[in-house]
Amino acid sequence: MRNTRTVAALAVALAFVAASCGDDSGSTATTAAPETTAAATTTPAPDTTTPAPETTAGAVDYQWTPNADLLAKAEGQVNIVAWAGYAEDGSTDPAYDWVTPFEKLTSCQVNVKTGGTSDEMVQLMQSGEYDGVSASGDATQRLMSGGEVVEIDPAEYSSYADIFDGLKLQPWNSQGGKPYGIPHGRGANLLVYNTEAFSAGAPDSWGAMFEPGGPADGAISVYDSPIYIADAALYLKATKPELGITDPYALDQTQFDAAIALLKQQKAITSQYWGDYTVQQASLENGDVLAGTTWQVIVNLATANGAKIAAVKPKEGATGWSDTWMLSSKAKNPNCMKLWMDWIASPWANSQVAVWFGEAPSNAKSCALDGMAEHCATFHAAEDDYWKDVWYWTTATEACLDGRTDVKCVPYTEWVNAWNTLRS
Amino acid sequence: MTGGGTSGSSHPFRALNRAFHGRRRLGVASTLGGPLAWMLVVYIGSLLLLVVSALYRLDPQTQKPSHTFTWANLRAAFDITDPDVRSTVWVLVRTVGVALLVTLLCALIALPVAFFVSKVAWPWIRRGIVVAMLMPLWAGYLVKGYAWRAMVAPSGGKFAASGKGDGGFLDATFGWTPGYGRAAIVVTLVYFWLPYMVLPIYAGLDRMPASLLDAAGDLGARPFRTFRSVIVPLLLPAIAAGSIFTFSLSLGDYIVPQLVNNGKEKFMFGTLINSTLGAPNQPLAAAYTLWPLLIVVLYLLAMKRAGAFENL
Amino acid sequence: MKLSLPARIALCAVTVVTLVFLYLPLAVVARLSFNPQKSVAWPGWSGFTFDWWTKAWEADGPREALLNSCKVAFAAMVVALVLGTLAAMAMARFQFFGKNAVSFLLVLPIALPGIVTGIALQNTFSRTIDLGLFSFKVGFGYHSLVIAHATFCVVVAYNNVVARLRRSSPNLLEASADLGAHGTQTFRYVTFPLMRSAMLAGGILAFALSFDEIVVTTFTAGSGFQTLPVWIYANFSRPNNVPLVNVMATFVMVVSIPLAWLAQRLSDGDGT
Repeated sequence: MRNTRTVAALAVALAFVAASCGDDSGSTATTAAPETTAAATTTPAPDTTTPAPETTAGAVDYQWTPNADLLAKAEGQVNIVAWAGYAEDGSTDPAYDWVTPFEKLTSCQVNVKTGGTSDEMVQLMQSGEYDGVSASGDATQRLMSGGEVVEIDPAEYSSYADIFDGLKLQPWNSQGGKPYGIPHGRGANLLVYNTEAFSAGAPDSWGAMFEPGGPADGAISVYDSPIYIADAALYLKATKPELGITDPYALDQTQFDAAIALLKQQKAITSQYWGDYTVQQASLENGDVLAGTTWQVIVNLATANGAKIAAVKPKEGATGWSDTWMLSSKAKNPNCMKLWMDWIASPWANSQVAVWFGEAPSNAKSCALDGMAEHCATFHAAEDDYWKDVWYWTTATEACLDGRTDVKCVPYTEWVNAWNTLRS
Repeated sequence: MTGGGTSGSSHPFRALNRAFHGRRRLGVASTLGGPLAWMLVVYIGSLLLLVVSALYRLDPQTQKPSHTFTWANLRAAFDITDPDVRSTVWVLVRTVGVALLVTLLCALIALPVAFFVSKVAWPWIRRGIVVAMLMPLWAGYLVKGYAWRAMVAPSGGKFAASGKGDGGFLDATFGWTPGYGRAAIVVTLVYFWLPYMVLPIYAGLDRMPASLLDAAGDLGARPFRTFRSVIVPLLLPAIAAGSIFTFSLSLGDYIVPQLVNNGKEKFMFGTLINSTLGAPNQPLAAAYTLWPLLIVVLYLLAMKRAGAFENL
Repeated sequence: MKLSLPARIALCAVTVVTLVFLYLPLAVVARLSFNPQKSVAWPGWSGFTFDWWTKAWEADGPREALLNSCKVAFAAMVVALVLGTLAAMAMARFQFFGKNAVSFLLVLPIALPGIVTGIALQNTFSRTIDLGLFSFKVGFGYHSLVIAHATFCVVVAYNNVVARLRRSSPNLLEASADLGAHGTQTFRYVTFPLMRSAMLAGGILAFALSFDEIVVTTFTAGSGFQTLPVWIYANFSRPNNVPLVNVMATFVMVVSIPLAWLAQRLSDGDGT
C-alpha cells in the first residue's frame, strides 16, 4: 500500500525529470509577435507624417527579396541585441511592425534582447550568445578589436549598395578598408523639456540641464552611461573655449577633469539617471522630469500618453550615434542574422524604423517612399553637412582622436571609472 | 508492517551490507561523499575561480579580461589611501549600515511578536499565527519587491500628463508615501527578511521552559526585567541565527534598489558590483565582490560562535 | 510569567499590525492584477477586469517562463533532495572530524549574498575547463540553472531531514538490528519511512525556493532561457506589460503559499 504509492510517485517523478531534461535551452522561440492586422489605427503621429501602415498583410511593397542562398540555409531563428525600438513586432504599437513581415518572408523567428547602453551591448556580445547587434560607434570599436564581430561581404546584402555613401566605410564601422557591418541610421541625442514648465520660453541650450536655477532645477534626467561625459565636454566646448576642446571624445586630463567637475555640479540638480528608456518615459508622463537628454522615440511614446513635452537640438550641437548592424563571430544563426541585417537596411523596413525611432535612415531609397520626403528633410538624412555638429558616440582612446600628439587623452576605461565614482 | 527477519542467503544486498557493516568511515564517505564533492567542486571551486579572476587585467581595447596578471583590480577595491577607492568603500560602509539597520529593525519587530505568539497567545492560535507569518516568505522575492514598488509609488508633480501621475497605495490611501528612495529600500528589506528573524526567535522562545520564567518572577523580577535579563540573553543565539539572513541578504542586494530606489544614486554596494560587471569589467567586479564575501564570512564565523548554527 | 493587561494588549496589537504589514503589499498586487489601468497607481475600488488574466494565459512569454520555472525547480529539487538527504544521513548518524565545517559549507550558498554566488557561478560556467584529456564548458541554459539552484537548495532539504533524524531516537536503528534486519533492510523499513515526510517537506520547500529565485538566476540563466522571475524582472517597468506582471506575480503568490503551507503541515505531521 504505502510501498506501492511511494514507488508510483518515484516513477512519475523520474518520468517528469526525463521529460524536462530533454528540452535544451534556446530550442523554443520566445517573443513571437502576435498576429495583428493593423487596420488604420489612429496612431499618435510621431514627429512627421507616417508612411502608410499595413492595411492587410502582404499588400505592402517591401522592396526586398531575401538572398536565395542565405534563405536556403536559414536556421529558423535569430537572437539579436538591439536598441529599444529597433526591432518592433507590433506589441508596442500595432501599426509599427517590421519583425512579423521578416519572420514571414524568411521563417527566421526573431528574439530580441534590448540593450540600454553601449556598455551593456558589448557585455552581451562578449557572452557569445547572440547572433548580432545594432552597435553604436562607441561599441563597434571595442567589438571589432575584441573579435566579437566579423567583417561582412557586401555582395551578400542587396541593401548595401543603396546605403548613403557618407555612412559606408567609416572609422566606426570598418577596419582596414573592410566593412564590418551594415549602417542602420543615425540620430542625435536631443534635449527634451516640459512645455508647461518652460512656458516662459523654450530652451535652446544644454544650459537648461547644466546650470542651476532654471525651471527644471531638481528635475533633470541624465543618460546613465560614461559616454555622457562627452555631452558635458560638448557644453564646455561652447561655454569655456579657453579649455580648447575641439572634439568631445578627445579630452586630455585637464579637459576631462573640467567635464567631471561640471557633471558633479549637474548631479545636484539631477533627479534621475536613466538606462532603461521606459524609466524616462514614465517620468516624463508623471511630470517628475522636466528636462533631460533623450531619444526621439521616447518623446514620441510619452507624447502619445499625454505628456506635454517637446524636443530640440540645442545650439551647442549634440552628441549622437551612427549605428551599425554587426554579425557576431560566434553566431549560431549567421544566415538568419545576415538576412535580418539585409532586411533592416532595405527601403521599407529602414523607413519604418527611422520614423518610429526618430532618426535619419541609412538607405537612400527609403527617402523616396511615400511620405518619407518630409521625414528625411527633417532629419537631414541626405545632408552630410548637417551632421558636422553631431558628435557620434566613439570610443575615446589614449591617442587623441583630434590628432593632437603633444598630450595623452583619457581612454574610455578611465571614463568608466570616473563615471562609477560620480554615480556612487 | 512487514518487518525484517532473516530472509535467507539469497538476500540481494548481502554483499553490500557486509561491506558496510561496522565500517564507519565507509558509511560516512558514501553518504557524505556526493554532497561534499558537489559543494566543494561547484561552489567553493567557483568562489576560488572568482578570486583568481580578479587578478586579470582588463584589456582597454577590447574590454575583455586578458591573460596578464595584475594587482590593479584588488588595489582599486581595497586600497583606501586612494580617494576614488574611498568613495567606493564609502558605498560599502553605507550598505553595511543599511544591513545592520535592517537586522536591528527586524529583531525589534520580531521579539515582541514572537513573544506574544509563544507565551501570551492562546495555544490553539499559536501555530496558525506562526504559519501566517512564514507564508509571505514564499510569495516570491520579486513579487514582494514589486509589491512595495506599487505601495510607495509617489504621485506625479503638477506637470503630470492628464490621467497619469496618480500615486500608489500609500499615497492614495494616506496621502503620504516615502516615495522611491533610501527609506523605501530599508522598509522593503525589513519586509523581506522579517519572517527569517521571527522563526528562530519563536523556536527559541518555544524551547524556553515556562518554569524558568516563573522562577524569575518568583525571585522578584518584573516582566520587563525578566525579559531583559533572562529571555534576551538566552535568545541571543536565535537572534544571531536570524541575523545571518537579514544581514547577509541585505548586504548584497541589488534588485530592491532597482525596484524602489529613486533613479539618482547608486545607494547599495550590490548595485555598484552589478554595474561594474555590466561596464563590462568582470575582473574589477570580481574584486569588488570580495568585500561582501569577506564581510559575510567573518559575520558567519562570529554568529557561529554565538551559537547561531544550532538555531538555524 | 504574568503580564499586565495593557502589556498583553500592546503585544497583541504589535502582532496584528505586523501581520497586516506582511499581507497588505501582497493584497495590493493581487488587486492590481484586476485593474484595467496599465500602471501601479492605486485604483481603489473602481475598475475591475479579468482581461489581464486571459491575456496572460494567451501571451507566449509568461507561459513559457512559467513552464521553464517549473522544469528547473523540479530538477533542482530532485538533485537537492538526493544530496541533502545523503548529507543529513551522514551528519545525523555518524561522528567524524569536521562536522562543523560541513554544516558551514552547506549553509554557505544560501547565506552568502546572491550576487556573490551568482557572479562566481557565472564566471565558472563561462569558462572552458581543460582537464587534459578533454575540455568542456558548462555554458548557460537549463542545465546551468539546475546546477546553480540545486547548490543552494541542498541546505533546505538537508535541514528538514537532519532535524527529523535528530528528533528520532537512535535506538530505533539498534532495535531494528536486534530484530535481525540488515543495513539495507533497516534503511528501507525504518530510516526511509521516518524521513519520508521530512524529505517531502524539504523537497517542496526546495521547489518553492528555486521557483522564486531571481538573483542567482539572472547570472546563470543565459540569454535564451527565461524563468518566471526573470520574465517579471525584465518586464516590470514596461508599460504595456505591467498588467501581465501583476497577474504573474499574483499567480506566483497563489501557488507558492499553499505549497509552503503544505510543507509546513508535512514536517509537523510525524515526529514530536
